[in-house]
Amino acid sequence: MSFDNVYEAITEDNDARWAFGTGFADPLSGVDTSVPSGVDGTALAAYCLMLGDDALVFSHRLQEWVTHAPELEDEVAIANIGLDLLGQARLLLARAGKADGTGRSEDTLAFLRAEHEYRNVRLAELGGGHFGHLIARLFLFSTWRLALLHRLESSVDPVLAAIAAKGVKELAYHRDYAAQWVVRLGDGTALSHQRMQEGFEAAWPYVGELFRTHPLELVDASTLRPEFDAVVDQVLATATVARPGVEAIAGVSGQTGRDGVHTEQMGFLLAELQSVARAMPDATW
Amino acid sequence: MSDLTAEGGHGAVPLDGVPAEPGPVKHDWPLYEVFVRGKRGLNHVHVGSLHAADDQMALHHARDLYTRRNEGVSIWVVRADDITASSPDEKDPFFAPSGDKVYRHPTFYDIPDNVPHM
Repeated sequence: MSFDNVYEAITEDNDARWAFGTGFADPLSGVDTSVPSGVDGTALAAYCLMLGDDALVFSHRLQEWVTHAPELEDEVAIANIGLDLLGQARLLLARAGKADGTGRSEDTLAFLRAEHEYRNVRLAELGGGHFGHLIARLFLFSTWRLALLHRLESSVDPVLAAIAAKGVKELAYHRDYAAQWVVRLGDGTALSHQRMQEGFEAAWPYVGELFRTHPLELVDASTLRPEFDAVVDQVLATATVARPGVEAIAGVSGQTGRDGVHTEQMGFLLAELQSVARAMPDATW
Repeated sequence: MSDLTAEGGHGAVPLDGVPAEPGPVKHDWPLYEVFVRGKRGLNHVHVGSLHAADDQMALHHARDLYTRRNEGVSIWVVRADDITASSPDEKDPFFAPSGDKVYRHPTFYDIPDNVPHM
């Protein structure tokens, strides 16, 4: 919203409920949603599925913290971040269902696929642990995803570009929120420092997978590494957290999350995520 | 602890067995008051309070708690104990003297219908 003068600002739309939120915008308004010529719809759909699954699965892990966060204020913050990612997932899954020509809805893709059909990176599906684990995962995930979506803002697919442009603003906040907690805990008490270090040690084996470029990916993920390293090193140094030296965890026969090969936690996650939709097919509420 | 029977309506909070004097506050984080500006041209308005460990965290929490529905374009946070407030005991000396001075109001000209928020 921008106004030429103050008077115009307060009389906009002559809205009697001016004290409440107004001016909501559809991130895809005015965007041509047909698949551009020269773009392989199947490959585009596969890529949207990967990014959508990252957001959907990590959002679920964040939702699990609701009623469990250490402070009410942070509980709302974590839920907000989960909702942002869920919004990205909805747009990306809907795009995938349209681009591949199957016409599958976002709900069909979210609730009726099996574990091996999910394409998220394994970092997104890690659960459990304490607040330090959560913050380490959130910081690594949002730092990587922010760098990725920055590239996609200039995607040849206008829908993907619009989703990325929306997501960049959200992820910049997620990264900032997580980075402040990394510093607060890492440079805090002996116990909080230990928790933060534990969080990074546990998540680090899954970082390497973020930069493996899958044949279907539109952005060469390995080129994101320098930006990711620069941000992570700066925050870890400020937080006095040591960069973990642990090795990347191997996949199965070289296959990882992007190939549909997940950790043993993934089945439990999907069971909870999908149970209502599968028990009551086509229910609406 | 005696039975906690909520009776509904006003006074539904059970008071039996609850000490009349407030106990020590368990919350370690200080209280902040939050002010949000809804649009350019409007004032920052007090919307509520929250707990945070420091100013930056308070700003983050204010964003997360009070601007989730697109309510704001600007946020102020201030430590509640930094606010000096008028006391209810001083209500009469403070405010009663202006109660009979109607000539201080701009009542002698018409406000156009299309000027809102006045």
